[in-house]
Amino acid sequence: MNVAALSQAKLNFDVERIRADFPILSRKVHNKPLVYLDSAASAQKPRQVIETITRAYSEDYANVHRGAYYLSEKSTSDYEAAREKVRAFINAKSITEIVYTKGATEAINLVAASYGRAFIKEGDEIVLTTLEHHSNFVPWDLLRKATGCVLREVTVQLDGSVRIEDFAKVIGPRTKLVAVAHVSNVLGTVLPIKEIAKLAHAVGAKLLVDGCQGIVHAEVDVQALDCDFYVFSGHKLYGPTGIGVLWGREAILDTMPPYQGGGDMIETVAFAGCTWAGLPAKFEAGTPPIVEAIGLGAAIDYINTQDRVAVAAHEHALIAYALERLPEVPGLRLIGTAPGKASVQSFVVEGAHPHDLATVLDRSGVCVRAGHHCAQPLMEALGVSATARASFAMYSTQAEIDALVAALIKARELLV
Amino acid sequence: MSANAQTKEPDDLRSLYQEIILDHGKHPRNLRQVENFTNQAKGNNPMCGDKVAVTARVSPAGVIEDLAFEGKGCAISIASASMMTSALKGHSVQAAKRLFAAVQGLCTGKTDVEGAQREVPELANAIGELAALSGVRQFPTRVKCATLPWHALVSCLDGGDTATTEK
Repeated sequence: MNVAALSQAKLNFDVERIRADFPILSRKVHNKPLVYLDSAASAQKPRQVIETITRAYSEDYANVHRGAYYLSEKSTSDYEAAREKVRAFINAKSITEIVYTKGATEAINLVAASYGRAFIKEGDEIVLTTLEHHSNFVPWDLLRKATGCVLREVTVQLDGSVRIEDFAKVIGPRTKLVAVAHVSNVLGTVLPIKEIAKLAHAVGAKLLVDGCQGIVHAEVDVQALDCDFYVFSGHKLYGPTGIGVLWGREAILDTMPPYQGGGDMIETVAFAGCTWAGLPAKFEAGTPPIVEAIGLGAAIDYINTQDRVAVAAHEHALIAYALERLPEVPGLRLIGTAPGKASVQSFVVEGAHPHDLATVLDRSGVCVRAGHHCAQPLMEALGVSATARASFAMYSTQAEIDALVAALIKARELLV
Repeated sequence: MSANAQTKEPDDLRSLYQEIILDHGKHPRNLRQVENFTNQAKGNNPMCGDKVAVTARVSPAGVIEDLAFEGKGCAISIASASMMTSALKGHSVQAAKRLFAAVQGLCTGKTDVEGAQREVPELANAIGELAALSGVRQFPTRVKCATLPWHALVSCLDGGDTATTEK
């Protein structure tokens, strides 16, 4: 970003105005102002989302795709309008490519169970990186156990960066699928998706991107990224839990068998055999998360009212500030310092286990995550059993980073 | 969060991280593998990745001749393992199991020190020390940290090989 654009972005950004939209941020915890630094686990919700959900249940609720009456039509149109919002948000070609799931985890399981079992055979290779979240690891392990395919690992550098030349070494003629995070939930590393797509497509492999963290921190254009599947969860994107999205290229989704059977995903049902509905209904068996989808639409509307360049600049300034201030804590070691990283920061403090730190910080009102962050292979590679992690969202402030540093220094006095 | 939780003072941090806990956490006793062990089990807290391995040498008469642990974890789980292995050397398997139940009661608030001592009178002194673990009752997410080594112990004494806090 150039200097002029950056200063314009700052003008367009007022963090206090954003904070006023998030009711929970004004509450206290243990009589201390809430300092919520765990948005990478789940983001807080603006009142626009909360009010949309309340209104949907209070005024406009009925099952979708079924009733020939006003409320069902209204519920259906709101639910489908949210699908169009998702489509536009990630620049998909068509709403037929937007499959609702209960979250990113289910979306990856859907691809593994449907695409994987149909097209990946014994000896075929799936390429993952060391830093994948368990949700982008375990479904492929299940597929390996079912089919005899092989999981290949692209390793991570000590600073948390991932080198494209390491992908070039691992991706080969047996590769059928590459499945990677867009942004690491532990390290904040941003992966070079476009370059990975080139390597994958050069050998005829497909590319799945776990966008849970990626979609939060930057604008996502699935066509520009040139991936084949992109998945994300609503709740990390300021929306409700219980809703996620699988985007896939229509030509690929068309070839895939259904994931679950049930109502709403069929064309005809008969003892002689059933036939399936078209996209995306084929992958949406049963009554869907109706209000959750509408709530996700409201979250996207909310994000669209912000200057996303300004939000990204704000988050970059926060991570730069955290990288500068956290080392003031004696014995603190930053984990994940890749260039251009997103606003997620792991660290360890010598002599104080992350869980003990998190418990003590909580009593100062500071919420951080401690543990393996559902990334045990990465923890193993980094030689740690757990880390503490602070993650920043559009509503986070420099003052909260000051509070984190002060609370860490105090916690260390108690524990070390 | 309950109103009770909101009014809690940071004093409960002091009751969680008492000197004795911090001491055992930083300088764990019996952090090794028992030579010629007869029983062993691993404990695993899948929520946080903490791991502990307990080894014991139990005599044919059912006396724990030696007891030790290896593992990585937070101050609470390491202190708990350290105090547990210190307390039980020379005691019977049967007493160890009663102590496990008493410590679980202390950590969840279902029993107090006197009640625990009535259940396991031969380990009354040890219970006086182990009572320091009861600070976790104010921290529901940390109860498993305190009980993980004990789950591994019981599995170890029963001849199992793994224990998890998620049973």
